[in-house]
Amino acid sequence: MDHRPQAWGRPRDDIYGAYDASYLQTSGPKTATQSPVVTGTSVIAIKFKDGIVMAADNLASYGSLARFTDVKRLRTFLDTSVVGFGGDVSDMQFLDRHLKELAIDEAYEHNDDQQQQDDDDSHHKSTPGTALNAANLHKYLQKLMYRRRNDFDPLWNQILVGGLDAARKPFLASVDLRGTAFTSPSLATGFGAALAQPIMRRYAATDEDAARLTREQAVDVVKECMKVLFYRDARSLDRYSIAVVTKDGVELSEDEQLERQSWAFAERIRGYGTQTV
Amino acid sequence: MFRNNYDNDSVTFSPQGRIFQVEYAAEAVKQGSVVVGIASKTHAVLVAIKRNAEELSSYQKKLFPIDEHVGIAIAGLTSDARVLSNFMKQQCLGHRLTYGRNMPVRTLVEMIGSKAQINTQHYGKRPYGVGLLVAGVDDQGPHLFEFQPSGMTEEMVAFAIGARSQMARTYLEKNIDAFRGCSREELIRHGLRALKESLVQDRELTVDNTSVGVVGAVKADDGTTKVEPFRVFDGQEVTAWIESVADDKEGGAGEGEGMEVDS
Repeated sequence: MDHRPQAWGRPRDDIYGAYDASYLQTSGPKTATQSPVVTGTSVIAIKFKDGIVMAADNLASYGSLARFTDVKRLRTFLDTSVVGFGGDVSDMQFLDRHLKELAIDEAYEHNDDQQQQDDDDSHHKSTPGTALNAANLHKYLQKLMYRRRNDFDPLWNQILVGGLDAARKPFLASVDLRGTAFTSPSLATGFGAALAQPIMRRYAATDEDAARLTREQAVDVVKECMKVLFYRDARSLDRYSIAVVTKDGVELSEDEQLERQSWAFAERIRGYGTQTV
Repeated sequence: MFRNNYDNDSVTFSPQGRIFQVEYAAEAVKQGSVVVGIASKTHAVLVAIKRNAEELSSYQKKLFPIDEHVGIAIAGLTSDARVLSNFMKQQCLGHRLTYGRNMPVRTLVEMIGSKAQINTQHYGKRPYGVGLLVAGVDDQGPHLFEFQPSGMTEEMVAFAIGARSQMARTYLEKNIDAFRGCSREELIRHGLRALKESLVQDRELTVDNTSVGVVGAVKADDGTTKVEPFRVFDGQEVTAWIESVADDKEGGAGEGEGMEVDS
């Protein structure tokens, strides 16, 4: 009798013949995403006096190939928040479907409350609906991303969530494929963290600074950053989406073109290409 | 001889289209001592009569906090209520963890509704023998919900369940228009008066047998709404309220209209 642990629970070889081990495993261990395939580059966002501005270009790269040039990487949630995705595009699409489902459930659950509110007097009119706000959404995404990381099957994205929190104050936060979450008056993912973040910090280093920014200033800063990113990030595009979230809702424009580009600086760059210093 | 053949389980209809196990469960609710709930524009209150099994024992609790913003009042089997209460506490905590907000009261109540309904449709299970009044606040303001062992849930302006609760409901129906604009204190007094209606002849409200639970959505000075957490008042804390409704005839339901009483 074979008492080795490997034989436990298996039919005995001396009675049933050799065990066909091919039933146990098909082809090696289970694998999950170990690197992103089609990717989006930076997402940048900044807070201002009464909301946030977020932008991301419309490119999905396949490695270094600019494969898809009309990919919308900013998604709205319930017309109150906006979610910007960097990283793997298929995981973004998965998350987008998931969030749409969540938004439908949310809207459905609170629909009849809304009716009740309408024939009600004004008591609760001023308070926001029970529906998930940006802070709630960010918390949820953080739990989702961390859960997937713990399953060793991460969603390969870095995500920015912008909108308003429960106190109707501007809210901006980030979560990445490990579930790491933080907030800041300005945020950028990918290359933007190195190239755009220092520029945005000149205008909004603290929440107090951000509270002094007007909407126009914030939009200008973000557009300027998108330009710098296009100059210096080889995986970027001059067509981009920009979203402005205030208490009036989300204004999303998905077909913006970079304006007033100046490549004059490129002449002075040395050390690349064919020229010999 | 005249045994009911259709009440052995909760999956079999009687020829009249009734499910007796579910109806018996509803009877269990009527055995429990009375609880009353009322919601206004700003608060939701629960008041309850506690019973002691015998003179020497303590009084069984009737009101339980679930989360910061929700509390329940129970009538029926206390041990079944414990299961539901634990479930609700876990759901509220889980919701707080994943979304960072208070669970909407309707969502919570619908969850126990679905949970209880499942028990009425599976062989070998039995319905919960407890009815609940759920009081809570969310961004939509205060809410009061009724929960029945059948799995039925309904939002209420005011309601009473438990023994002789019809008397309390009659009081509430008479005063229904007053509740919406009531202050916190007025609402509690209305609750206690409704409770008094349901008492048997020689019993009265005492500090020992009366429980009051309050939860509110209070407007702060800066215009935002803050949650007044659900809190249960027992013993000496309810003295003032009991005295304030002692022997006042004002607002009392007309006695002895030959009303139907569940006993």
